[in-house]
Amino acid sequence: MKVLVPVKRVIDYNVKVRVKADQTGVDLANVKMSMNPFDEISVEQAIRLKEAGQADEIVVVSIGVAKNQETLRTALAMGADRAILIEATDNVENDIEPLTVAKILKGVVEEEQPGLVLLGKQAIDNDANATGQMLSALLGWSQATFASGLEIEGDKATVTREVDGGLQVIKVNMPAIVTVDLRLNEPRYASLPNIMKAKKKPMDTKTPADYGVDIAPRLTTVKVTEPPARKAGVIVGSVGELVEKLKTEAGVI
Amino acid sequence: MNFGLTEEQEMIVSTVRRFVEEEIYPHEDLVDRTGEVPTEIAAQIKQKTMDLGFYACNFPEEVGGAGLSHLEFALVERELGRGSMALNHFFGRPQNILMACEGEQRERYLLPAVRGERMDALAMTEPDAGSDVRGMKCVAKRDGGDWVVNGTKHFISGADHADFIIVFIATGEDDTPKGPKKRITAFLVDRGTPGFEIAPGYESVSHRGYKNMILRFDNCRLPDAQVLGEVDGGFAVMNEWLYATRITVATMAVGRARRVFDYALNYSAERKQFGQQIGKFQGVSFKLADMITEIDAAEWLTLSSAWRLDQGLPANREIASAKVYASEMLARVTDEAIAIYGGMGLMNDLPLERFWRDARVERIWDGTSEIQRHIISRELLRPLGA
Repeated sequence: MKVLVPVKRVIDYNVKVRVKADQTGVDLANVKMSMNPFDEISVEQAIRLKEAGQADEIVVVSIGVAKNQETLRTALAMGADRAILIEATDNVENDIEPLTVAKILKGVVEEEQPGLVLLGKQAIDNDANATGQMLSALLGWSQATFASGLEIEGDKATVTREVDGGLQVIKVNMPAIVTVDLRLNEPRYASLPNIMKAKKKPMDTKTPADYGVDIAPRLTTVKVTEPPARKAGVIVGSVGELVEKLKTEAGVI
Repeated sequence: MNFGLTEEQEMIVSTVRRFVEEEIYPHEDLVDRTGEVPTEIAAQIKQKTMDLGFYACNFPEEVGGAGLSHLEFALVERELGRGSMALNHFFGRPQNILMACEGEQRERYLLPAVRGERMDALAMTEPDAGSDVRGMKCVAKRDGGDWVVNGTKHFISGADHADFIIVFIATGEDDTPKGPKKRITAFLVDRGTPGFEIAPGYESVSHRGYKNMILRFDNCRLPDAQVLGEVDGGFAVMNEWLYATRITVATMAVGRARRVFDYALNYSAERKQFGQQIGKFQGVSFKLADMITEIDAAEWLTLSSAWRLDQGLPANREIASAKVYASEMLARVTDEAIAIYGGMGLMNDLPLERFWRDARVERIWDGTSEIQRHIISRELLRPLGA
């Protein structure tokens, strides 16, 4: 089975994000960029499937600027076999919308014919949480989102999902779209031999036009602002006072 | 000129950085407090380093290493320098001098060291021979076909975990116009050799847990097979292989200084006095400006000296400059970080007092600041006949 893993290059999770003065977005100039942490988890899961003999090839794909090849190289160093770079823009601030990404990925899936697409449940930059679901709809494949457990047996995948009420276990038909959650696994470090090998692994470069997709945005960003500053808390003197405040001020009981 | 790293080098840096943050940082307080590295933590760090293929990454591929360049190895060491030396000792980097092993020495010492089966240490310093290496009194005398060794070495880092030690020992004396001059030979000495004792050393304020040991030789008999390099060729192997170890001190100082700087920078943006963040006072902000400028300067000096080695260019003076500047920079940066934190910087609730203590030894070991300045000025003046 071939596994396709889309990876997004996003602002590094350690960076303190700053909103641009004109409120059009966040400042990406001279900011460290890394692989979306949820996508690291999907790369890791694909590698584990391969190690378990359930996958024979891992193809990673990234859509964005030419620099996304660094992100792909990281995935190759972790253990992916082959990469596809889709250069959609030369402006890092041009965030490709989830539907556009899903349409391009549909083209990649039709070309590559994977048995499984593993995506991060969302990217930590725009938190859209939409690409996997849209891809599933476009392909007419089953989807299992927020996976914290994944078992594949024959043409069925058993997925444990993290939902608000607890854990839900579902069975889906393969080929399937699975989006992964934080607790599925702990991504490995790239080992030194694999870092050295990554350079020699194949990387194809394509454009959205190769898949007949127009990347023009359908959404308009009105403005981007900092979240409101948190107000200082109060220290309550007793349990009674706490209950009273929860009733009267917070209105939660 | 190109000051950028390749994609591979960036990945090497981020892997080692993450390793240090996740595998080294969590154990540092324990090690500093107790002065010991628990055996299971040491074994765990060593195993994970091997799994990552970083063990002995400073060795060439033909002997099982990763074949990193001097520059790449300096980047690895820079990231390791952020963490405790006692712990990152197990991110094994055997002494490069083992490449001088010949014949069956390769099977007994070089290859097992690269595979992580045997750990090594290096012994030069003696109670009466510090900067004055040739003043050593540890002596090996011919007896039959063997050598009989007597004397003492001290400050031997890592000897507590070593299975064998590369020891520099006087094997004779030449009369020169400037007076008698010792001939020196490098020996490979196995732990457990009769007449050879590895004893606990002193309690140091710097790098607790990274122990210095005392070696005692009492009529210790060593066959010729234990000689590393040539008899009386100790200085030759030293100059060929120990040349670059000062880059390690310099680059680790840079890594640690960056970690210290992050504390100082964040605290300057958080701590309020007189109604505003202390970073808004010029007295603090200018300290930060000077600190980062010196860290960057030390980094480029260090990386460029490593790059010179890779290019086959003369680098002795440049390495000495990097060593003296980076180690002295670290002293200033750790001191200023404590100035920014005030009294809290000296309390062991924060690691700053540890960084400050650890920084002191960097100006001493691998050639003191004074010796480095001697090397630098000698290289400049000698061609002028001065």
